[in-house]
Amino acid sequence: MGRKLLTEHINVEGIETIEVYRQHGGYRAVEKALKTMTPDEVVDEVKKSGLRGRGGAGFPMGMKWSFLAKPEGVPRYLVCNADESEPGTFKDRYLMSKLPHLLIEGMIAGSYALGARTSYIYIRGELLYVLRILEKAIAEAYAAGFLGENILGSGYSLDLYVHPGAGAYICGEETALLESLEGKRGNPRNKPPFPAVQGLYARPTVVNNVESLAAVVPILNLGGDEYAKIGVGKSTGTKLFSACGHLNKPGIYEIELGLPVEEFIYSDEYCGGIWKGRALKAVVAGGSSVPILPKDLILKTAAGENRLMSYESLGDGGFVTGTMLGSGGFIAMDETTCIVKNTWNFSRFYHHESCGQCSPCREGTGWLEKVLHRLEHGHGSLHDIDLIVSVAKQIEGNTICPLGEAAAWPVAAAVRHFRDEFEWHVTHPQEATRPGAVYRGNLVLA
Amino acid sequence: MAPTTAPTKPQFSPAAQAEIQRIIARYPAERSKSALLPLLHIAQAEFGGWVSPEVQDLVAETLNIRPIEVYEVATFYTMYNLKPVGKHVLEICRTGPCMLRGSDELTAHLERITGAKVGETSPDGHFTLKEVECLAACGFAPVVQVREQYYESLDTPEAVDAMLNELRGQLHRPILPWEETGLPNSLKNN
Repeated sequence: MGRKLLTEHINVEGIETIEVYRQHGGYRAVEKALKTMTPDEVVDEVKKSGLRGRGGAGFPMGMKWSFLAKPEGVPRYLVCNADESEPGTFKDRYLMSKLPHLLIEGMIAGSYALGARTSYIYIRGELLYVLRILEKAIAEAYAAGFLGENILGSGYSLDLYVHPGAGAYICGEETALLESLEGKRGNPRNKPPFPAVQGLYARPTVVNNVESLAAVVPILNLGGDEYAKIGVGKSTGTKLFSACGHLNKPGIYEIELGLPVEEFIYSDEYCGGIWKGRALKAVVAGGSSVPILPKDLILKTAAGENRLMSYESLGDGGFVTGTMLGSGGFIAMDETTCIVKNTWNFSRFYHHESCGQCSPCREGTGWLEKVLHRLEHGHGSLHDIDLIVSVAKQIEGNTICPLGEAAAWPVAAAVRHFRDEFEWHVTHPQEATRPGAVYRGNLVLA
Repeated sequence: MAPTTAPTKPQFSPAAQAEIQRIIARYPAERSKSALLPLLHIAQAEFGGWVSPEVQDLVAETLNIRPIEVYEVATFYTMYNLKPVGKHVLEICRTGPCMLRGSDELTAHLERITGAKVGETSPDGHFTLKEVECLAACGFAPVVQVREQYYESLDTPEAVDAMLNELRGQLHRPILPWEETGLPNSLKNN
C-alpha cells in the first residue's frame, strides 16, 4: 500500500466540514505559508516538488507559476480548472465532493503564492451539486478567517468563488475556460498571448487543475524536497487514477507514481482484475485522448520492461508502442470489446465537442465519425481505413487548441494496433455486424 | 401534462433576483457578463426547464447586454434546453466508458419504458430523454443525470425502476434552482 497524500482522510465521517478537516491537520499548509513564508518561497517549494500538472498535459506546475507576469497595480487571477470532462476521468468530482476543503486550502496557498486577490473555481455545469458542497465549505472558510480580509493577520486578503459551466468539453482547455468564465462561447484563444500574460479579463492568470492545487497542501506540509522523494524519477508524488471499463473494482485510486500497471490492474488492492473472468484486450491509460494500447504493450514496454504508472514509462516508445499518462483516466477493455465501435464512439464524442472554430477539427472530426460509423456498420472499404488515418493526420497540429490532437490520436493508435480488426469489418461485414460478434484473430464468437 | 411555456414577458421571482444579485457581485463591476452562464442556469430552473427566446431576452436585460450575446451562449452549451421539456430530463451518458458497461442497452430500455425516443418527451410529459457526453462518473457506469442528481450503476432493470419511481414521486414538487441535493450513492460510501 503506497502513501496517500490527498485521500488519506477521505472516508473520515464529517471530513467535508471545516471542523473535522482541521482536526485531521487541515489548513496547516495555509498557516505555514501565510505566517512563515514569502509568496516566492511557496512557489519555490512547488518547483522543488517536481509536481506536474494533473489535468492531462503534465507541465511542471512550479514553472507554470513562475511564468506569471506581475506588472504593478494590475490584478492577477488564479483559476481552478474543475471542468473535468475527459472520458474516463472522474477523480476531481470525487475529490471536490468528499474533500472540498483540500481544494480550498490549496487555492488559498496558491493564490497567496501568485498574489491573486480574487480566485475562481470553474466547475463543469453538470456538477452543480458539487458546487453547493464547495460553496458551503467556502462559507465555512470565510467564517474561520481563512478567506476574506487580512487572513490570519497576515495582511493578505482573498475572495474565492465557484463558477459553473454549462456542458462543453472544450472548456477544459484553459483559454476556452477563460472565455466561458467571461460569459462567452467556449472558443479557445490563439496563443500567444498566454494566460500568464493575458488571461481572465486580459489580466495575468494561472489556470490549474483541481488535483494539482490540492497537491500543494501536502507539498507545503512535507516540503518540496520530501514530496519529490515520493514516486519515481521525474514522476514525483502521488496521482489519482480513475479506473473504469471492464474492471472488477472500478473507482478512484491514489497511487505513488511508479506502480507497475500489471499490479494496478490485477491486484485486489486496486482494480482486482478484469470482470466476468475475462481476459484483458486493451487499455486507454490516460483519458480518451491518449493512444490505446493492446494488452501486451500496456503491461510491458516494447523492450520487455514492466510498464509503470508514471509519465515516463507510459510514454516509453512514443506513440509507436507507448502512450501517455494524461489525466489518469484508465479505461480497461475486455476481450469482447469491439475496437472499431469504441473508436467510432470516441470520434463521435470529439465531433460533438469540437467548438467549430478551426476547419480541420470542425470538418475532420465529422469525417472521422462518419467514416468510422460506416466501417463499424459493415459498409466501409479498405480505403476507408487509410482515409481515417489520413484525416487524423490532417487535423493534428493544424488547430488552435489540442482538441484536434485529442481527436486524432485515438484513431491513429487504434488503426496502428488493431488494423486487422478494422479490415475484418470490411472483409466480413455480416459477421462483424452480428450482435455480440467478437473479433479474435479470425475467430468469431457469438 | 403539457410542457410549461413561458409567458410573453417573463419575470424572475424575488428569490431568484436575490440569487442573481449575489452572483453578479462575484465579478468585477464592468465584467458582469461573466454571470451569464450561472444566470441561464437559474432562468432554466425558474421557467420550466428550458430557456425560450423571451427568457433569454430577460437574461440579456438583467445583465444589460445585447440579446445576441445570450443567444450565442445558450446555443453553444449543451445543458441549456432550447425547446420545452418534460418534468424530468433524463440525461443519459453515451460516451465510451459508459458504452462499455451497457449505456446502449440502458437507452433502449428507457425508450421502451417511457415511450419516448432520445430527443423526445414521453406522452405523459413526465420524462424527456437526452443523450449526453461524458458525465465524469465512468467508474459507476452506466449513468443518468437528472437535474443535479446522478443516478449511477444503472446496469439492472431494478436500478432503473428505482430511479424512475423516485422521479415519479417528485413530479409535483416544486424545485428551486439552488436547492441542496445529496451525494450520489456511489460517493456516500466510497
